[in-house]
Amino acid sequence: MNITTKILYAIISVFVATAYGLTLGGIVRKIYARVHGRYGPPVWQPFIDILQTHAKRVSISHGYMFYLGPVFRLAGGLGTYLFIPVIFGSVVFSNFSMAGDLLLVMYFIFFGQLGMALGAGEGGHPYSPIGIARGLAQMSTFEVPFALSVMALAIQYNTLNITTIVAAQQGSILNWTLFTNPLAVIAAMISLLGMNMHSPFSIVLAPQEIPIGPPIEMNSSFLATLQTNRGLFGSAKLVLFMNLYFGGAAHANIFVALAIMVVKTFLIYMFSVFVGAAFPRFRPEQSMRFFLKWPTLIGILSIILVAYF
Amino acid sequence: MNKKNINNIEKEMKLANEGLSEKERTLFSDARPTPVKPLNKYLEKFLNWARAESLWILAFGTGCGAVELRPLMTARFDMFRYGIAPRPTPRQASVFVIGGYASIKTIKRIVRSYEQMQGPKFVIALGSCTINGGMYYDSYYTINRIDHYIPVDIYVAGCMPRPEALIAGFDKLKKQIKAGKCDGMNIYAENFDWYKANQKKVIKDWNMPDYNW
Amino acid sequence: MEHIINRLKQKIEIESIINQRADLYFITIKEEHLELVLSYLKQQENFTHLAFLQAVDFIEDNKFQLTYMLYNYDIKVNLGIKVFIDRDKSEMVSIHKLWAHAWQYQRELKEMFGINFPGSPKVDESFVLEGWEEIPPMKREFDTLAYSEKTFYQRPGRTKNDPKKYMKEKLYKKFPQSTTVGRKDD
Repeated sequence: MNITTKILYAIISVFVATAYGLTLGGIVRKIYARVHGRYGPPVWQPFIDILQTHAKRVSISHGYMFYLGPVFRLAGGLGTYLFIPVIFGSVVFSNFSMAGDLLLVMYFIFFGQLGMALGAGEGGHPYSPIGIARGLAQMSTFEVPFALSVMALAIQYNTLNITTIVAAQQGSILNWTLFTNPLAVIAAMISLLGMNMHSPFSIVLAPQEIPIGPPIEMNSSFLATLQTNRGLFGSAKLVLFMNLYFGGAAHANIFVALAIMVVKTFLIYMFSVFVGAAFPRFRPEQSMRFFLKWPTLIGILSIILVAYF
Repeated sequence: MNKKNINNIEKEMKLANEGLSEKERTLFSDARPTPVKPLNKYLEKFLNWARAESLWILAFGTGCGAVELRPLMTARFDMFRYGIAPRPTPRQASVFVIGGYASIKTIKRIVRSYEQMQGPKFVIALGSCTINGGMYYDSYYTINRIDHYIPVDIYVAGCMPRPEALIAGFDKLKKQIKAGKCDGMNIYAENFDWYKANQKKVIKDWNMPDYNW
Repeated sequence: MEHIINRLKQKIEIESIINQRADLYFITIKEEHLELVLSYLKQQENFTHLAFLQAVDFIEDNKFQLTYMLYNYDIKVNLGIKVFIDRDKSEMVSIHKLWAHAWQYQRELKEMFGINFPGSPKVDESFVLEGWEEIPPMKREFDTLAYSEKTFYQRPGRTKNDPKKYMKEKLYKKFPQSTTVGRKDD
């Protein structure tokens, strides 16, 4: 098909993912509120927040580097999302998946946070480097079990193409990586807790921690871009995990396939929400030590198991 | 304190943009606020609706009114269902809740935080001390009318108003925002000299820029 | 506690003793004996806790009265030491060597009353009043209402009500003949 159709499908795909990610955030806030015994904000509250933040008439910029923060973050989110096939076998939602895109996606996950660090460091707040240092340190350690788990997958399926990995998991539920290589899934799910920045690893984004980390000086349109990215990036990560470990979403009817995707990603997100509701926050040095101990060990074991057995 | 202490303070403090070249001086807060006109009618109505449905308050408890803000976040009164959420930094907040009496020491911080807030910003003043001085009307260190120092949109009377009264105040603020009547940002910019003269009359040790954008 | 006061009487002259409650005593001593009395009480009689240090302005006698409240954890008795110092030459010896936290009370007294404690750490720093240019505000010659009307803007239309008359109008007017509703002294 020609390039304009592909771009149109990509735009549709990005909009669906952003809307889904933001609604997921709203649903989770509602669930937290009901667990607390109160009504919560309406489910579409994140959309209104983004509108309100864009509707500010003044915005403060601290120079050219300050723009890089949200721009890199959104670029990282877009890059992460556009190379993951959302629905296997669909023309509209298979994005730009190609050979070797798994490594590219992992690179984009890291790229957004680095750009955020550049932009936030320019913010003029004297304590924002503390938040940035915490965020980057934690990010570099939770990438380790995830990378090991991806290596195990690559050895198991002999490919780095996400579409091929999804194709290999079709057939029956026992073909999922969850059942053929459970150790890799365990290591990756623990790393998902760090990626979603929920408790116990939420110290980077916690608003009561002064400074609130990198987004402290972001105002009006900068903040709105960051919030949009949170929806897009969140749903990109969840779709990636669904494709790699839980069989992907594939069905002849596109709406049924979308429904399968929604259900699977919702359950994966609920895993990190359940863990987050039960745990307090770790300090950065505690979380770094945690990630480098047991999850790394599980990842290494999964590689050894797959390579030699 | 006695006069000697004031001179010592003045000798030690310097503004952040002293001694810089002309080009670099503007990077620090040296400018005046300018009024920003709203957009066209229908877009502004839509944006006002969005601003009213998502009010972010600044988590700064300025006085005894802060004790009434905390029950609002709990399950009994639950302000989150109205779209109100606390933010820790003035850069991201849009509503400033002045809780109760404002001593001179607090007014300096209130002015600095208010000027650092962005865009359409609203002020809710709680308690009778902000209206006419309340029970501290004859105190040597608390001001009697807060609206001579920053523009105020909604007063909530009481000593302290209960959380239900505060929610009623937020409801009235939403109606006023949707009607387009809350223009504190432009009022402050247009009458900037008058507000600044009032502030400088009571804040004697002024060691911050004239306008902290 | 009587033994402690008797022992103290043998050392210095106590001007007056007030026994307000079983666990609250006040003694008045001369200004020059203060430091010795406090260190004796702290080290020999085990009054190890300084609760507060406050001042009262007796403008009619032209004196400040300082009260040092000590507490003994063994016999659980509060003992207040009162000294009178001259109002015009308002200086007192600093006790920060005995109790380190006394520097905070002494800073507050200097700011609010103008009583100087030479040698106390950070005594010149402002505590609450930043940029204060008048006389120390807790002195009774400072007219706080006049200062407030001069510096701060009043909102016109403020009225005052006598609480007794107002409540009688508002609440009890409905029941003029009742014998049970209303204040007993109306």
